[in-house]
Amino acid sequence: MRNAHSSPPIVQAHGLWKRFGALTVLKGVDLEVAEKQLVFIIGPSGSGKSTLLRCLNRLETPDDGAITIDGINLLSPKTDINKARQRIGMVFQSFNLYPHMTARQNVTLALRKVLGRGKEEADIAARHALDRVGLGERMDHFPAQLSGGQQQRVAIARAIALEPRVMLFDEPTSALDPELVGGVLSVMRELRESGMTMVVVSHEMAFARAAADTVIFMADGEKLEEGPPAQIFEQPQHERTRSFIRQIDRH
Amino acid sequence: MDDFVQAFLNLDIISQASPILWRGLWQTLLLAVMVVPLGLIGGVILALLSTAPLRWVRILAAGWVDLFRAIPPLVLLVFLYAGLPFAGLDVGAWGAVAIGFFLNTGAYYGEVLRAGIDSVPRGQTEAARSTGLSQAQTLAFVVLPQAVRNVMPDLISNTVEVVKLTSIASVVALPELLFQARQAQNVTYNASPIVAAAVAYFLLLWPLVRLMSRLENKAMAGRG
Repeated sequence: MRNAHSSPPIVQAHGLWKRFGALTVLKGVDLEVAEKQLVFIIGPSGSGKSTLLRCLNRLETPDDGAITIDGINLLSPKTDINKARQRIGMVFQSFNLYPHMTARQNVTLALRKVLGRGKEEADIAARHALDRVGLGERMDHFPAQLSGGQQQRVAIARAIALEPRVMLFDEPTSALDPELVGGVLSVMRELRESGMTMVVVSHEMAFARAAADTVIFMADGEKLEEGPPAQIFEQPQHERTRSFIRQIDRH
Repeated sequence: MDDFVQAFLNLDIISQASPILWRGLWQTLLLAVMVVPLGLIGGVILALLSTAPLRWVRILAAGWVDLFRAIPPLVLLVFLYAGLPFAGLDVGAWGAVAIGFFLNTGAYYGEVLRAGIDSVPRGQTEAARSTGLSQAQTLAFVVLPQAVRNVMPDLISNTVEVVKLTSIASVVALPELLFQARQAQNVTYNASPIVAAAVAYFLLLWPLVRLMSRLENKAMAGRG
């Protein structure tokens, strides 16, 4: 655990509860992420891992608990959530690029309207972010003219252009054809190497083994197990972790 | 055949009536240029109200839609023009038309736009909000442009109906095209001015109707 003792965790979530009607999706989950760490969350569908991630930028509001990100109390009514979200990038399973805008415009929208940058300055930042994901040449393409993998990389560029302190990835490769997964993962690896703090919900176990500092296994709204990838994948303590990893590895 | 031409396609009579027909056409154009934007503004307001987080605001919006879609626009117009003065509020002919179309046409545009907003996937809003855009910015830059594009054929169709509906302005003494044509018919005992008005309406609206068909075909192709 790098930096574990040098500074307080940049993401601190404690006792998160979330109910949707009669269904309890999160049952008192804690999560801490130190700066420049990559925390990888695995678990069966319905385990609450995506909900946990969505709580971290308040796309979902937990019913109970506390979340502090980069020193900001995310759940306080006094917090300007729009301001807080500038520091928390998010990448979605279904990309969610704006279809009526080019790749460049997708990136510049928040730069201009949220950060108030001028057109030229925003264009330069967009070019830089798109270069970083290897799509500088496709700046003026619309999402419909890009492959799924390219769309997801534009979505990553859209998030990193705001220079967030934390990046959240919600199953970023689940909607992609297998041959397009590698390009997205290599962008994520580059981000990780550049020191970005990341929380990733995904089924890409090989990526988790290679890039994660900590792997968390969730089931039924609870965190069952947490540890370095070697421990979780080679010596899982919990029976449910063991059977889950066995199932995934078969694919 | 001659009788038919005499009665319906009499060019002499049309040319005699042409000064007042032109005036009527001009009046119709003025009305259209006023009521279409007013209706669109009403529609946008209504669509936003009906997606508001507060329940009573949504109920208010639903009430507006129900009320003004159920009341015949002609009745609404007569009430605004002739009824409101009794309440000490004289809005005049243009005022009555403006308010009436804002309420009535706004209700129809509002329903179309709301369907458009509903057609934009929730992920679009989530993506925009996750970059720090406010709710209003998300609507203005991400949701509404897509919503409008998705329902463009319906918006145009509605616009065609609205332009035709401006003929009811004659009941509040705004002599639009159809009114002038009927005046000319009464004076000349000949239906040709009505036919001329029909041709004018057609020429005015046909480009819109064509555009609508093209967009619909494009949408079908896009879906396939």
